[in-house]
Amino acid sequence: MANFFSNIADWVNERAPSMMPVYRKHMTEYYAPKNFNFWYYFGVLAMVVLVNQIVTGIFLTMFYKPGAATAFDSVEYIMRDVEWGWLIRYMHSTGASMFFMVIYLHMFRGLLYGSYKKPRELVWLLGMLIFLALMAEGFLGYVLPWGNMSFWGAKVIISLFGAIPYVGDTLVQWIMGDYNPADATLNRFFALHVVALPLVLLLLVVLHIFALHEVGSNNPDGVEIKKKKDARGIPLDGIAFHPYYTLHDLVGIGFFLIICAFIIFYQPTVGGWFIENDNFIPANNLVTPAEIKPVWYFTPFYAILRVIPSKGLGVFALAASIILLFLVPWLDRGAVKSIRYRGRGYKIALTLFTITFVLFGAIGAGKSGEWIPEIFGPTADVSGIDMHFGWMLLAIYFGFFLFLWVYTYFGYEKTKPVPERVTTHD
Amino acid sequence: MTESTRIKLKTMNHVAAKAFACGFAAVAAMFAAGIASAEEGGEMQSAQTNVSNVTSLQRGARTYFNYCSGCHSIKYMSYARLATDLQLSEAEVLKSFAFTGARIGDQVVTNMPAESSQQWFGKTPPDLSLEARAKNPDWIYNYLKSFYVDPSATVGWNNTVFPNASMPNPLWELQGVQTAHMAPAKAGEEAHVEKLEVTSPGKQSSAEFDETARDLTAFLQYVGEPAALQRESVGVWVILFLVFFTFLAWLLKHEYWKDVH
Repeated sequence: MANFFSNIADWVNERAPSMMPVYRKHMTEYYAPKNFNFWYYFGVLAMVVLVNQIVTGIFLTMFYKPGAATAFDSVEYIMRDVEWGWLIRYMHSTGASMFFMVIYLHMFRGLLYGSYKKPRELVWLLGMLIFLALMAEGFLGYVLPWGNMSFWGAKVIISLFGAIPYVGDTLVQWIMGDYNPADATLNRFFALHVVALPLVLLLLVVLHIFALHEVGSNNPDGVEIKKKKDARGIPLDGIAFHPYYTLHDLVGIGFFLIICAFIIFYQPTVGGWFIENDNFIPANNLVTPAEIKPVWYFTPFYAILRVIPSKGLGVFALAASIILLFLVPWLDRGAVKSIRYRGRGYKIALTLFTITFVLFGAIGAGKSGEWIPEIFGPTADVSGIDMHFGWMLLAIYFGFFLFLWVYTYFGYEKTKPVPERVTTHD
Repeated sequence: MTESTRIKLKTMNHVAAKAFACGFAAVAAMFAAGIASAEEGGEMQSAQTNVSNVTSLQRGARTYFNYCSGCHSIKYMSYARLATDLQLSEAEVLKSFAFTGARIGDQVVTNMPAESSQQWFGKTPPDLSLEARAKNPDWIYNYLKSFYVDPSATVGWNNTVFPNASMPNPLWELQGVQTAHMAPAKAGEEAHVEKLEVTSPGKQSSAEFDETARDLTAFLQYVGEPAALQRESVGVWVILFLVFFTFLAWLLKHEYWKDVH
């Protein structure tokens, strides 16, 4: 048997001698730091979810019927009459939320350990492009079931383009192909969701990984392992990605799948967070949901839009909140990568930034309407408090980027000495 | 599902919940807050439904077809599917439920013409296939129990959970007739219903009617997601498999990582 496989390998090698070296470069001879911790699982988990979305998505397209008159019914058909259709659909809907969950944690890891810093700026930029493509993909997919929140969510989000001067209104109609989200909108969103954006995402993911493997992975100590190599040129603190990290990641994937299975089988809507109640009502342009809000993964950005009364400024701030993330590698001039050895100021700033992001998520989801009366009493001025609190959070969110630049550019940061070699591993 | 598997399931839910909390602390906290507040839902009573209790679903279906199906469709359900899931024969389903002369493969659709009902009620009674998902089971349970006579309303009835609903109380002969005690209007507020009282008793006692409302809610919950029955029974095995798989993966990883110093 072994002979059989090595014969096949030889046969391939004779005809495509450059394939095996590619495998070695990215797997058996890609040396990753041996001190990866919990935060280093989320990249591979994002890949697992991407594969899940593609595979379950293919099966969904076999039964889903795009079109204003057919979409909602076809989703219920999948949920009820297609064999295991409910499982495929819940795997896809849970996958969408889990995708954002792991991507947010993956990005947070970058901020924790300075993974965006030289020489990894390109890795970060490609990652941010993936995040943008993912947001587009998530939005388009959310519209497809054609529930009432799909419709109104689409209407609100598409109308944001109306804030662009001169061409705004024309642009909005061009995107929708109608004066409202309608049949034409749904069909083109389907095309973009299942063909165009998955291709873009796959390409970007490949580039992201290639760019990473050129420079090598960062690690929780922020030490460049390539600086200390043995006689054979292998980093002293590096271990082969395969088999060490493939097996290590397999354990993480196992834990992750257990959590996903728990959601899929016992809490598929997660109390209205993953699948919203209003989306079980068919799209209706005459009945507005009590509260129009995007699904949870967009709520932090939606909150930024909401706390600014002017639509134009709101859209500008929304765009800025994402563009600034692209610029982090150049805003942060600090030489020390890992939070373990960075100054106290960065630790405090990142903590505040993270809390702000989560609170923005809650505000965007309309939670402040419930929490403010509980905290300040039933007569509290909800929208006033919401607004002022939102502005404070807005100041913290944008202040983080300003602080990051001032703190590092003018040398206010008091860092600790960074060790020569990685300090820990499990 | 037996009691022991239910307990196992609960323990497992706890373990998974813990893992969730550890792994995803910040976001999970946000979710937890959301779920908790969704469960509170004002002064709603918990419906305490159990979708895996087939006899409860059968009783709920009986109430549904006797009191609701005249006006409301559940178009995503077929009689055949009901027979399978409620463990009834096709003949039983046709005899007890199919009052419209439907055949076993048909969808459960009312015979009431939409135009007439629009005239009678001001709104065609909505399809209830997904009502338990668009609202939630607790909402339905409380709604069913919160009708009261209100001569000022068009249909003669009102409801505290859904004020000015254009729907008369379909279950009045079971529940009896409820009357509202109004709280006196304070400055700047309108008068509101303080509590409801059964002033003319029905066929069922208060406790019996609670059961009826609970069974009907459970039935609508099942109708909202028939897959829930299969979902919950399959889930245990999937999770057990994944736990076993992860354990094996961990052993293998541990073995290989002995080399790493």
